[in-house]
Amino acid sequence: MSAPTLPAALADATRDDASLRRFLHGLPGVDQVGVEARAAALATRSIKKASKLWAIDTAISMVDLTTLEGADTHGKVRALTAKARRPDPDRPDTPQVAAVCVYPDLVAAAVEGLRGTGIGVASVATAFPSGRSSRQVKLADVALAVDSGATEVDMVIDRGAFLEGRYGAVFEEIQAVKAACGNAHLKVILETGELVTYDNVRRASWLALLAGGDFIKTSTGKVSPAATLPVTHVMLQAVRDWFTATGELRGVKPAGGIRTTKDAIKYLVAVHEIAGEQWLTPELFRFGASSLLNDLLLQRRTQHDGHYGGPDYVAVD
Amino acid sequence: MPAFEYAPAPESLELANLKPGYRPFIDGEFVDGGGEPLKTVNPATEEVLAEVSTASAADVDTAVKAARKAFEKTWGPMPGSERAKYLFRIARLIQERSRELAVLETLDNGKPIRESRDSDLPLVAAHFFYHAGWADKLGYAGFGPDPKPLGVAGQIIPWNFPLLMLAWKIAPALATGNTVVLKPAETTPLTALVFGEICQQAGLPPGVVNILPGAGDTGARLVEHPGVDKIAFTGSTEVGKLIQRQVAGTPKRLTLELGGKAANVVFDDAPLDQAVDGIVNGIFFNQGHVCCAGSRLLAQESVVDELLDKLRYRISTLRLGDPLDKNTDVGAINSAEQLGRIRELADSGEAEGAQRWTSPCPVPERGFFFAPTVFSGVHQSMRIAREEIFGPVLSVLTFRTPDEAVAKANNTPYGLSAGIWTEKGSRILWMANRLRAGVVWANTFNRFDPAAPFGGYQESGFGREGGRTGLEGYLDV
Repeated sequence: MSAPTLPAALADATRDDASLRRFLHGLPGVDQVGVEARAAALATRSIKKASKLWAIDTAISMVDLTTLEGADTHGKVRALTAKARRPDPDRPDTPQVAAVCVYPDLVAAAVEGLRGTGIGVASVATAFPSGRSSRQVKLADVALAVDSGATEVDMVIDRGAFLEGRYGAVFEEIQAVKAACGNAHLKVILETGELVTYDNVRRASWLALLAGGDFIKTSTGKVSPAATLPVTHVMLQAVRDWFTATGELRGVKPAGGIRTTKDAIKYLVAVHEIAGEQWLTPELFRFGASSLLNDLLLQRRTQHDGHYGGPDYVAVD
Repeated sequence: MPAFEYAPAPESLELANLKPGYRPFIDGEFVDGGGEPLKTVNPATEEVLAEVSTASAADVDTAVKAARKAFEKTWGPMPGSERAKYLFRIARLIQERSRELAVLETLDNGKPIRESRDSDLPLVAAHFFYHAGWADKLGYAGFGPDPKPLGVAGQIIPWNFPLLMLAWKIAPALATGNTVVLKPAETTPLTALVFGEICQQAGLPPGVVNILPGAGDTGARLVEHPGVDKIAFTGSTEVGKLIQRQVAGTPKRLTLELGGKAANVVFDDAPLDQAVDGIVNGIFFNQGHVCCAGSRLLAQESVVDELLDKLRYRISTLRLGDPLDKNTDVGAINSAEQLGRIRELADSGEAEGAQRWTSPCPVPERGFFFAPTVFSGVHQSMRIAREEIFGPVLSVLTFRTPDEAVAKANNTPYGLSAGIWTEKGSRILWMANRLRAGVVWANTFNRFDPAAPFGGYQESGFGREGGRTGLEGYLDV
């Protein structure tokens, strides 16, 4: 079950269930007090003027504009795609977002709305958000998304299997979904709020990277806590360590609960100082968010105009 | 895509209320000192900040007499609950003026504003609050029903934490009923003199606190003055030994808090990323101007390469430069003299065969700066493993077994602090029992609290500051 591109030591780690367990439990632990202190310290970086503007534009270009409600309609998705094409109609120099993220049955609508823009269409498949269904159903979900034109698939891992210690099962499922994705990029949602400990977050991150996930993603947004700075720190360390071990660049996506420009900038600082400068691109870092974009747009206007315009100057979609 | 360049975020210089001249604080008043005036310099720009009038021998005498009088007439006889009120008032005033004090401290010392703002000042206030709480409870501190103060305390503090060391000395002395004559360091007298203003604001009776700026000779006069009952000194081991000789044979009490060469021990099962943070915090906090700095990294051989790779990457993200910039992690070396000493010792490391690595961070052209530096392949016999460098220079040594870690960690004339990094709780306790150091941190480093006693073994001095134990140094028990 090993992936062919991995260096020998890592390939060996995925030989069977026992070696996978040995490898994951052999990773350095994460000290809770330490990682939270570091996250808090980095959050005090003062970003203003030119660097703030740069950060705002970069953050906009990293947004996966998301709607994941039971009440989602074609109309809602169309409105969202319009917003993704032109986030701020008064200011054409505003960057486009990275992708629009919807449920599989609405992918076609999103593809239609984004035709010719180069903006990605992401879809949460695999019985999102709980992941509690058969492999067959999960893969069918992925197929629906991919066949409808999704360029990115956000899968959830089987947290139950992970917490039971059945790492091999989680690994195989990620590999199966990756195969089903074809050319679509795979983001693996760890649902860190349910994994609880930072040690688990680190192990799940490595598991997803070993199985071929292009991105590791914190949360579905349906479980509290969703993305937090310290959890994202641990995941950024994982992709950095992965790069050191393999030379491959993999991405990180915090999702859920990031609502303000101030918060987004804290994440960018973490990307910059923990993983490194080369991760500061939509290819390797995304924000899973719905309301963040409007705050970014308002703050962008504030920076350019010198005064705050207010929420009625941006679209509510 | 351009790199993420943080825009400069300098704290306003005006907040410091910098004055052209500062004077000694004696008997509740600022007076002209009879000593040779000194100029204090901003180490980040090499510009003169202010001229400071210093204390002559006669001023030392006046200050000690004022302190004696205050001890006998007002402060000594005052009930503890009343003394507590003054200390609480001082603590609150420090909080109110904390931005001003943080900026002034950064200007005079060169430490980054994020450290003076987030670390020094909150701790300074905490020390006064903590000791205010003790002032009326000394009978319950375990030193007998009615422990007595010693009298007049002569206190000499260093330049690395000018205001924090003042708080460590003055707060317990006042809480226990002593009066003080304090000499701040020659290169960093400003915040101590502003503390004189705070004493006035708090309505502290005249003579209870006296601040005498000056150089080593002022300190020497204070030490030898017959009217002083206790000397408390924090500074270099060399000066500490001189003071101990001077005090020997007199009835004066003495506590010394001197140099260090702490070991930060990282086992192969440590939380490596946090160990890296702890190593960085241990040696680059306050430019390494910390007596308990973790200046010797003892890494288990099986993880040393991985640890060093992570460490070098992490250090290269540290931002060196203008200490007033809120984004600066590493500020300026306090003086040209100190910078020279660091350079000399670092060069000796290279000459003795250790591998030198320096952070690629840009270094300002003006001011006293030294880029974070790591020496690997260091052995116990090298100078950089034995002597205190007191700068941002880390020496990396290795060990194979826990016993070897203990042997190497203890193989130093100093013994102020140590760090242990392992996920094994039993090993932390096993190590802590064997390390000869006043403070042993586990999976963290450079954490301070007024309730935790601090002090050393061997050439790191004797006596403890902070906590219940710290009170003992100012009581006749």
